[in-house]
Amino acid sequence: MIRLTDITKEYHMGGEVVRALAGLSFHVGEGDYVAIMGPSGSGKSTLMNILGCLDKPTSGRYELAGEDVSKLAGDDLADVRNRRIGFVFQSFNLLSMSSAAENVALPLLYAGARNARARAMEALDRVGLAGRSGHRPNEMSGGQRQRVAIARALVTAPAIILADEPTGNLDTKTGIEILGLFEELHKEGSTIMMVTHEPEVAEYTERIVTVRDGLLGSDEPVGKRRRSGLHAAISDEPGDP
Amino acid sequence: MRLLFQLSGVALRSLWANKMRSSLTMLGVIIGVGAVIVMLGIGEGAKRQVSKRITSMGTNLLVVRPGFGRRSHVRGASVKTLVLKDAEAIKSQVPNIEAVAPEAGKNAQVKYFAKNTNTTILGTTEAYLSVNNFTLDEGRFIEPEDVQRRTKVAVIGATPAKELFEGGAAVGERIKVKGVNFEVIGVLKAKGQSGYRDPDAIVVVPVTTAMYRLFGIKNLRAINVQVANQKAMSNAQADIEDLLIRRHRIPEGAQPDFNIRNQAEILKTMNQVTETFTTLLAAVAFVSMLVGGIGIMNIMLVSVTERTREIGIRKAVGARQRHILFQFLVEAVVLSVLGGLLGIAAGLFAAHMVGKSGSWTTAVRTDSIVFAFSIAAGTGVFFGLYPAYKASRLDPIEALRYE
Repeated sequence: MIRLTDITKEYHMGGEVVRALAGLSFHVGEGDYVAIMGPSGSGKSTLMNILGCLDKPTSGRYELAGEDVSKLAGDDLADVRNRRIGFVFQSFNLLSMSSAAENVALPLLYAGARNARARAMEALDRVGLAGRSGHRPNEMSGGQRQRVAIARALVTAPAIILADEPTGNLDTKTGIEILGLFEELHKEGSTIMMVTHEPEVAEYTERIVTVRDGLLGSDEPVGKRRRSGLHAAISDEPGDP
Repeated sequence: MRLLFQLSGVALRSLWANKMRSSLTMLGVIIGVGAVIVMLGIGEGAKRQVSKRITSMGTNLLVVRPGFGRRSHVRGASVKTLVLKDAEAIKSQVPNIEAVAPEAGKNAQVKYFAKNTNTTILGTTEAYLSVNNFTLDEGRFIEPEDVQRRTKVAVIGATPAKELFEGGAAVGERIKVKGVNFEVIGVLKAKGQSGYRDPDAIVVVPVTTAMYRLFGIKNLRAINVQVANQKAMSNAQADIEDLLIRRHRIPEGAQPDFNIRNQAEILKTMNQVTETFTTLLAAVAFVSMLVGGIGIMNIMLVSVTERTREIGIRKAVGARQRHILFQFLVEAVVLSVLGGLLGIAAGLFAAHMVGKSGSWTTAVRTDSIVFAFSIAAGTGVFFGLYPAYKASRLDPIEALRYE
């Protein structure tokens, strides 16, 4: 589904070249549920931007659903984002003037899809917000907003869902609910990559990739035992941030 | 197509969400367009009034007056050079002359029983009616026989008719001019006050009666010549000049003792004046339209900055550059087109009110509306393009990070 080969990314800052990614390679298969971890400055945000086709690598090859997208730019990248990628952001990034349904339908608007409204309602139903389609973001709780954002990410049936600290702005209980939703989506076959700096959140996934100094640090599956153990530990302290 | 429609909907909703800002921005355009329409309307009104005033004197008219040229102030009765024979000579010797109406006369007291008025007694011939564009309200005009026999008949203008008869029947009544009895044979239709002179304040009598019976004068104060057509006017003017120089035995190189005014030239000069005036007014109005356009650009730039995050979200989910460009351009165009339409309404209303107030005549031409509107729409596109372009070029990563 995703194959990164020797990805580098350099920035020019006042004549100095900063290497954010220094030759990074990994592979994500269809239906995988992967966490990306790493301290700030490790290049994890840069990696996320490249994975999300918001930015293009300086060198290296990025294959997304069989297509080499590493040379694309501008509107071509916008098309890839529209068709292949669903974003979930830490700060939700919903349009405040639009209703939940309109927010969910936004990617379909730019895709020129015909049955946008019906598909948006379907996606809202899937995240358990069928009854709130007419509400604006400021009339909803943080958890509900993030559900709307997830519905928006789902609505185009993308190849991959990219979540950037999706529980970062939520309390623990709501965070667990959102993680439960991701779990469900994963079981239904969605490919999900999630950036987080919280180890207990990362434990919810199946595989943890760490980035350090622009390179792959470690890449290991999450143990079944540890996983259920932590799951229980978090569930024991509900509502405590 | 459907997408463009939906993007326009997005643009309209965001304008609606900022009602106050949108309407104030539009106000700039409304004032600009309205001002252009009113100013052009005033200019056009002035032009039409001048034309009307000049053509109401008669069409294709040349007026020969005694005196030295246009710059000389020695004119009128004090210079006694034109005689009735000059008028006859012009009529018989100059080609392309439709009619010649000599004018002789002075101001005098006119009485009808107890009422009296001081007005111009104008001695002329039967040609005067058509040459000077008068029409009869009732009765008849002076006929060749009246001139020949120096009859004591009078055709009165609308102003003395009103003053002496107050709407009652005038034809057949007797009036006294300088103590002499005249029979009223006709009444002229009013031309209406134009400028400082009242063209209706006249009592018309046969030219011979005025010269020999009333005032004892030998000279004319003007000869009105109607030329057959517009094209023949300058030739006719030159021919009359030659003829009168010969008849008056003016030595070569000397100043002639008469001058000829060409109505077409006066009209042209007056039109030039009003056109300059219109251009000036329009220029001032145009500046205010430009200010309106800059207002749109200013607001659009603010709007783009303020909505950086929105643009980032739209781009993240796959909006292409032209989608963003279109959305913001529609906002600018809607502001200017709607402002333009309201400006037309405001301009027409203002022009109407200015016309009603009396001191100005206004005439709004369709092409000035089209002109003002297309400039407004054009400024919308022009001034909206840069902010929209700026929005469309935003980097989605930067835009999403914007607080």
